[in-house]
Amino acid sequence: MFSKYQLPACFDELISPEHQVRFPSVSEPLSALGYEQLLARQRITEERLRDLGITFAVYGHADGAEKVWPFDILPRVISQDEWTGIDKGLRQRIYALNLFIDDVYNDRKIIRDRIIPEEMLQTAATFRKECVGHRPPHGVWTHITGTDLIRHKDGKYYVLEDNLRCPSGVSYVLENREVMKRVLPELFLGNTVAPVEEYPEALLESLIATAPPGVDNPVVVVLTPGIYNSAYFEHCFLAQQMGVELVQGPDLVVQGDFVYMKTTRGLEKVDVIYRRIDDTFLDPLTFNPDSMIGVPGLMDVHRKGNVTLANAPGTGVADDKAIYAYVPEIIKYYLNEDPILSNVPTYICADPEQRSHVLANITEMVVKPTNEAGGYGIVLGPRASKQELEDCKAAILDDPRNYIAQPFLQLSTVPTLCPDGIEPRHVDLRPFILLDGTGADNIYVLPGGLTRVALVKNSMIVNSSQGGGSKDTWVLG
Amino acid sequence: MLSRVADSIFWMNRYIERAENVARFIDVNQKLTLGFRAGMMQQWEPLIQTTGDTELFKELYGEEYTQENVVRFLAFDARNPNSILTCTDLARENARQIRDNLTAPMWEAINKFYLKIHHYPANSHTFANPQHMLDIVKAQSQLIEGATSLTLRRSEAWNISRLGRLIERADKTSRILDVKYYILLPSVQHVGSDLDIVQWSALLDSASALQMYRKTCGRIQRKAVVKFLLLDRLFPRSLHYCLVNADEALRFISGSLPNVFSNPAEQLLGRMKTNMDYASVDEIIESGLHEFIDAFQRQLNDLGEAIRDTFYGNTSTITQSQTQYSY
Repeated sequence: MFSKYQLPACFDELISPEHQVRFPSVSEPLSALGYEQLLARQRITEERLRDLGITFAVYGHADGAEKVWPFDILPRVISQDEWTGIDKGLRQRIYALNLFIDDVYNDRKIIRDRIIPEEMLQTAATFRKECVGHRPPHGVWTHITGTDLIRHKDGKYYVLEDNLRCPSGVSYVLENREVMKRVLPELFLGNTVAPVEEYPEALLESLIATAPPGVDNPVVVVLTPGIYNSAYFEHCFLAQQMGVELVQGPDLVVQGDFVYMKTTRGLEKVDVIYRRIDDTFLDPLTFNPDSMIGVPGLMDVHRKGNVTLANAPGTGVADDKAIYAYVPEIIKYYLNEDPILSNVPTYICADPEQRSHVLANITEMVVKPTNEAGGYGIVLGPRASKQELEDCKAAILDDPRNYIAQPFLQLSTVPTLCPDGIEPRHVDLRPFILLDGTGADNIYVLPGGLTRVALVKNSMIVNSSQGGGSKDTWVLG
Repeated sequence: MLSRVADSIFWMNRYIERAENVARFIDVNQKLTLGFRAGMMQQWEPLIQTTGDTELFKELYGEEYTQENVVRFLAFDARNPNSILTCTDLARENARQIRDNLTAPMWEAINKFYLKIHHYPANSHTFANPQHMLDIVKAQSQLIEGATSLTLRRSEAWNISRLGRLIERADKTSRILDVKYYILLPSVQHVGSDLDIVQWSALLDSASALQMYRKTCGRIQRKAVVKFLLLDRLFPRSLHYCLVNADEALRFISGSLPNVFSNPAEQLLGRMKTNMDYASVDEIIESGLHEFIDAFQRQLNDLGEAIRDTFYGNTSTITQSQTQYSY
């Protein structure tokens, strides 16, 4: 089945340039089933996802329009050896980033030691002055991280960005696996696939572990903006899997120094909030006064240490794409170690020298706004029109601090079931990392993570909001 | 349990039960009016009167009480807040709000219900022969109730579900009985005739009560039918059964002892139940069945409001408005 596979110019994760299959134990059962049978299974899968209501909402479409989560049944395989390296690198990176955030809002050693220019921090749109001087329970800021990795032509993994503000996608990892076991059981026979099913347990454990000190049996909730949020399915799923309440802002109320939820039997104190609401909407008294989805007074309770917010407000500062460029230095500074995972080379447009390099070579660059997520506002130099490039240049000159640029990296490909056969499609990888404050050894990394795939031929935009789908990710033992 | 969640569970169940019962309404009318070539014309107007949505119907369709208009209005019209289509929308909307509180089989059943109704062709063939669609509605509703009954722990969520279902069902059974009041017989001497018997049977059938009635009461007699649907303690669609069980569910939620009330909802429901405990069918018919049903529906409406005030009173920020029948 893979003999006619058209190898792309980039790195293909299943088929080597010599046309050797890297993971025969996976490809052979697929070939045995054949293309037609795989298509039939794909259709069953889609029906199943539709019946289960596994959906996401797309902003800008009709109110609350839900789309079924696009899923390709051919798995993306990573060898255990490769994964061990990634796993180590992620632990190191997240541990250091958490120390960095804590330092930025408290001792500011890294600024005094001139590793990062003060101005770079002060001008980060995600820097929260309201958090200065605060240390959340157990010193944990980034309870949950979803770091995006890509695999370049050289076969090496690079960190594309660290999502430290309520990253989405883990529910799809779990659902993808569940659905795979139903529709392609043949594929699991004779293969050892690292389990992902323990994630909800690990998440609940780390949320409980980071509760305010002295609270017995902490009450944990998931806070959602509501059913029109694009990730509402995930909020529900995680609450359900952990067996905790899914609350909306108006369900919570601050009285005295604590936050409570309104129940049929009166008010019940809440100790840990896994919030899936952006910082600026959390508390209309502190941030955006127009927020209808937040809880008035919540930040006061947080500052008094009486509620754990996961992730803590303010973590976005380490998510700023210009700060990203400093992560290798951050790791060296706090851990005195060399970074295990590589960054993508990044040009900071705020720096005049780097800016002129970007402007001169813009056709080979990917330009990104520093504080956006979800793939919005990205300009791909090699694929943009003349006009788009001119507009982009103007935007950079207008507000250099808001832009960074990176060389245009080719995302790796994985065989994908397409209407005309099995074809390569570009993928990235988002592993999920949990921090519970009990030490560097107790960091949990979900084996594999979310593989997003650009279903459109040659496209490298994998965001589900822009035509991306997903695949089950196998760490193969 | 969160007050908002309790409210959504309550209404989700009412909407599912409502959809099922609207299907039963249409069904009863089909059965009542078909096959009497000489005796009577097909009557669709009484059906609209029974549902209490006459004004909205007139606004949308004028005085055109054709089968096509009535079936479209009751089953597929998104402008009708009580149509089957709207009910499945709202049931799913509520279910999505509280998806984490539903078991996976419950959610799946509700989602499938919604998908099936939304993909059902709303065309003139369906309006002329809605039976298949009505069967789907009834089957899906029962599937959801089955999934709920078999997978949900008997805690607060279960009792709120039950409360929603039972209150809605009591209301709708009373309305099915009321259809007979509005249906015009060709002449007075038809009362008690074969035609009358056919109509009462059809009515029992639409409440899925015909078989149980036969087993319990034997021959079809007006008074016995009324008694069965109103006062039978053991038939799960009778008014009395619904009230007894709703009372039990409500007490579980608040933790009150039997015959003691701790909030206005319990007081109201307790009175309605007691009233039913000691009611006799002769008295009801003597003072007017239609009037009895009318008063009953008003009390149910008050009960719905009392439940909201008692348990969900502090969730004033909910933006969706849950509609009840207008009178």
